[in-house]
Amino acid sequence: MLKSRHLLGIKDLQAEEIMLVLESASSFKDVLKRDIKKVPALRGRTVVNLFFEPSTRTRTSFELAAKRLSTDVVNFSAPSSSILKGETMLDTALTVEALGADIIIIRHASSGVPHMLSSHLKASVINAGDGTNEHPTQALLDAFTINEKKGGIKGLKVAIVGDILHSRVAKSNIYCLKKLGADVRLIGPATLLPGEFSALGTEIFCDMDEGLRDVDVVMMLRLQLERQGKGFFPSTMEYFSRWGLSKKRLELAKKDVIVMHPGPMNRGIEIASDVADGGNSVILEQVTNGLAVRMSVMFHLDERAGK
Amino acid sequence: MKLLITNAQVIDPFGGYEGAATILIEDGTIKSVAKNGKIKNHAGARVIDAAGMYVAPAFTDMHTHLREPGFEHKETIRTGTLAALKGGFATVCCMPNTNPVNDNPGTTEYILKKAAGEGSARVLPIGAITKGQRGEELAEMEMMLKAGCIAFSDDGRPVESPIIMRRALEYAKGLGTTIISHAEDLQLSSGGVMNEGLLSMTLGLKGSPSIAEEVMVFRDIALCGLTGGKLHIAHVSTKGSVDIIRRAKEQGIHVTAETCPHYFSITEEAVTGYNTNAKVNPPLRRPEDVEAIKDGLRDGVIDVIATDHAPHGKEEKTREFDAAPSGISGLETVLPLGLALVQGKTLSMMELIRKLTVNPAGILGIEAGGISEGREAHICIFHPEKEYEFRAGEMFSKGKNSPFDGWKLKGKTAWTILGEKVHEWA
Repeated sequence: MLKSRHLLGIKDLQAEEIMLVLESASSFKDVLKRDIKKVPALRGRTVVNLFFEPSTRTRTSFELAAKRLSTDVVNFSAPSSSILKGETMLDTALTVEALGADIIIIRHASSGVPHMLSSHLKASVINAGDGTNEHPTQALLDAFTINEKKGGIKGLKVAIVGDILHSRVAKSNIYCLKKLGADVRLIGPATLLPGEFSALGTEIFCDMDEGLRDVDVVMMLRLQLERQGKGFFPSTMEYFSRWGLSKKRLELAKKDVIVMHPGPMNRGIEIASDVADGGNSVILEQVTNGLAVRMSVMFHLDERAGK
Repeated sequence: MKLLITNAQVIDPFGGYEGAATILIEDGTIKSVAKNGKIKNHAGARVIDAAGMYVAPAFTDMHTHLREPGFEHKETIRTGTLAALKGGFATVCCMPNTNPVNDNPGTTEYILKKAAGEGSARVLPIGAITKGQRGEELAEMEMMLKAGCIAFSDDGRPVESPIIMRRALEYAKGLGTTIISHAEDLQLSSGGVMNEGLLSMTLGLKGSPSIAEEVMVFRDIALCGLTGGKLHIAHVSTKGSVDIIRRAKEQGIHVTAETCPHYFSITEEAVTGYNTNAKVNPPLRRPEDVEAIKDGLRDGVIDVIATDHAPHGKEEKTREFDAAPSGISGLETVLPLGLALVQGKTLSMMELIRKLTVNPAGILGIEAGGISEGREAHICIFHPEKEYEFRAGEMFSKGKNSPFDGWKLKGKTAWTILGEKVHEWA
């Protein structure tokens, strides 16, 4: 059983807990292949997607996962800054809870918001991405995908490429993959990849060609285009030439390398179209696996809440 | 009315005296300080038995935010000065980042009038360096000095333009007053909400690097050297700043500096768990910075311990970390946190009290005196050893925002005497 009734980050999880979620996700994935893609596991429960930051992909994935578990699920969009509106984010969350939510899925542009709210809520909180801190379900679905494709994670060489500093996906993945015994290397321009990251037990490369050598997995990150013009890198063209994943560059990795991306992709900026659509890409499978993993997370949090 | 303090262990950096004494106060004035214990004319006096306690000059805080006018939901002159008294202070110097900004003699007069009516400690306003603290045009310093300001600062914001800072130092020099620098390069701090480093990265919070403070400390000291003005560096938080100020002092540049209790008591770790009560500007730093601050206090590079008392409303501090305002409500915890420096052998008791009394008064050129005959009684009596669990919710200040909530603290004020007013604390 999970130790906490919340999923706030991978940082707080132990390897056994991660494996527990991945194992059940495998069963839920089987459900998703059936004719009737639904189980009554959480019938009668209420799940609320409380999104303070716009998102379609993650919200839809959570929504569908909740429906596949037979819960009642509603979406609640709130403005991102508590300064701009009258109501504080805590009041918003308490309101949602008062509607009878058992599980509240929170996304917010500021790091730590799910953590702060969870201490005031009786419902289980799932962090669906907080600022530049964590995006735990993304890391779990990535681990699930790697595990499925490679038959294990321990000892694999995984490269994460791009804007590591501002990426909650990268952070959750670093914690997750390290806990599961992978060899994690980070690749990116020094402005977006400070040396302190080596303290997390990773190897750091500025040179992508060097970093990609013999890796089993390449995980590309979305480049936030609003970073352009802020001095992090000179142009998207230079960025692609140095840190974009082209077909030629991919040849430096192992032959059976898998290419991942959390989406949405910037084709031609961080990843070439022929790689994104090529035989090594598992990008769409990640999306499918996201459903199974999120079902598993909700299932285990419900079990932990003892209902 | 007569007041007799017996069994006192006096610690008076004004007179350089540390030892036993019996003190007689009459109608708010110190009548006699008998070091041999023999005292005359004390018949009918109310007696305070100070056995086991220290008797010191009441403190001066040269960095307080009283929030009035404009932010009365955070603090008022009434509640802020009460918090000051509780903390052992007789005098607080209030920063100008109110609404309206204290950048004109009218606002200065308003603050002083309010303080005369509702304040329980002496309030000395610090005026803004620039109009509206916008960093563009000098404020009317001379007129504000006449109205009662005792120094100038744009605290809360740096004076970004080096040419304006140069002129401020030159102009203030002519007036014989001090410029207090909030040293922060806003482009380098770039919206950071905690110290930049591994912890800010793992918490996903935007970091403000030490260097954002240090380049500005360096710039302002260079301008101070150029102009010969009087410069005071507010809230020093980094090792690099201590080093820069040390070198400047060695070169004979007229610079002084303060730090605050939180910079020598806790590190950036206090932010873990997104504790907005540990969000402060400059941010809490690393252990090596804390050690350097202590070294700076020990060898005199840092002259003053000031509170940077920055009260905020509870609802403001329960916002997301990024949006919560910076600041710690500090008037009521400075004594125990300062005493920890004495227990840890960083400072002697005399040096601690000096940094809370003589030094700030000297830098600002304000009237303050020790425990000597003929002076108005400004006295703080405290237990150095008393241990208790600190509860932020019980502070007199409206701002309950303290990262020390729930801490076991050692050292507590027992009495604060201000002229004829005698306050006994529970």
